[in-house]
Amino acid sequence: MENLSHVDEKEQPTGDFLSANVHRRSFLKYAGAGAAGIALIAAGCKKDRSVRGVYLGDGDTAILNYAYALEQLEAAFYTQVVASPYSGISAMESSYFADIRDHEIAHREFFKAALGSSAITSLEVDFSSINFSSRDSVLATAKAFEDLGVSAYNGAGWLIKNVDYLAIAGKIVSVEARHAALIRDLISPGSFAGSDVVNQSTGLDISRSPTQVLAIAGTYIKTPINTDGLPTY
Amino acid sequence: MNLLNIIDEIEKVDPEFHERINPRRAAIKNITSFGSKVALSALPFAMGTLFKKAYGQTSSSVTDVLNFALTLEYLEAEFYTQGTNSVRTATFTTQGQNAAALGALQQITKDENNHVAFLKSVLGSAAVAKPNFDFTAKGTFPTVFTNYDTFLAVAQVFEDTGVRAYKGQAGNLLGNQVVLTAALNIHSVEARHASHLRQMRRARTMPALKPWITGANDTGIGAAVNGTYAGEDNVVQAGVDITKLSGVSGMLSVNAATEAFDEPLTKAQILAIVTPFFA
Repeated sequence: MENLSHVDEKEQPTGDFLSANVHRRSFLKYAGAGAAGIALIAAGCKKDRSVRGVYLGDGDTAILNYAYALEQLEAAFYTQVVASPYSGISAMESSYFADIRDHEIAHREFFKAALGSSAITSLEVDFSSINFSSRDSVLATAKAFEDLGVSAYNGAGWLIKNVDYLAIAGKIVSVEARHAALIRDLISPGSFAGSDVVNQSTGLDISRSPTQVLAIAGTYIKTPINTDGLPTY
Repeated sequence: MNLLNIIDEIEKVDPEFHERINPRRAAIKNITSFGSKVALSALPFAMGTLFKKAYGQTSSSVTDVLNFALTLEYLEAEFYTQGTNSVRTATFTTQGQNAAALGALQQITKDENNHVAFLKSVLGSAAVAKPNFDFTAKGTFPTVFTNYDTFLAVAQVFEDTGVRAYKGQAGNLLGNQVVLTAALNIHSVEARHASHLRQMRRARTMPALKPWITGANDTGIGAAVNGTYAGEDNVVQAGVDITKLSGVSGMLSVNAATEAFDEPLTKAQILAIVTPFFA
């Protein structure tokens, strides 16, 4: 075991990757170091789920947990925005942020309740790149999160097999779009359907695959997520 | 209808389209000869057959959804096109419409006309014709094009109705990467519009109106538009009572529970709402 510990300090040899002890040790080290971004582990052995990040499940469960993860991120963000408002925040902005925070918490808690024992744990977020005392930073992040959320639900819709789950996604995505339009208007009045999100030839909004969304969201999620069972394209 | 373009478009969003329709692969690969053997008028049917093979939906159900959507987009596009013409703009300007407001309405006008063009290009010869409209809704809104606030009110109702209409059709497109994704991509744009129009009305005459729907009919317009907001006060989602879930302090409020989830309407409910607007 001394040798194994020693190996663990070094670059992980491919042959040792299947060794559970070494693997777990390695993971803990990375977790302790707070590996930057989300660990999107695409390939590998599902038996190692526990040591390779929070497993989302597969099929519709994975998609619901994927949505739950995004809602956790949004809810945590707005909770902090409201708890430590940027200087010079207007009464109207405070009121809007409190509303949006409650909507995102409603989404988060709904998924948690609906998923029951299949729900993933609470994810640790990384907001170190956000300056919560700056209006520009908060609004830019809010815009990024809301437009990302819209594209995520739009892009995952067809992957959902259960019509009732699809209905839920539809009920949520339009509220995210309402948020997105408001945030964009707070940044630049009239930009609610700007050319960076709405195609100016077709009038269609953006959609993104789960893989694309998680690559972007990963900047803000510390907890490694195992997406082995998540449908994507 | 340019079938080749559509296949290209499908492949952009559905790289596995060919695999999905494997039995028809040869036909697709030899699309030129395929096209020459099939009368142009039969192409929508051929497309429908492909969709059925690919996604298990009948051509008629997908075409019905798209034509239903097109009808609503015709309504919105014509409404905004008329509402932003020079005569109406001159009228509304005297009532406080500024450049930013006109710019926003022009953006919405553009989006809605783009939706019409997009849906028509997908439907080809199967597309329904544009109906004639009566934007007063048989006299319910006699000042729709002479009173700016009435115009904005009707606009908001159209957008909120559109959101609910697309939402209600999603289930009919289950698993259909091409059509469901396109419908969702239009659906969220309607919601963006609704949010902005609600902000416009809030700034003018409705200080309590929010970008999201609070309870049922929160428009201040009256019972004439109750149908558009019927059921928006629902607080139970998939068996989960949202008001029984924890918020920041205590349970989530009823308002938050209704705002956080937009509700669908059936095709029949939508048609009942918009029929008065057809001449």
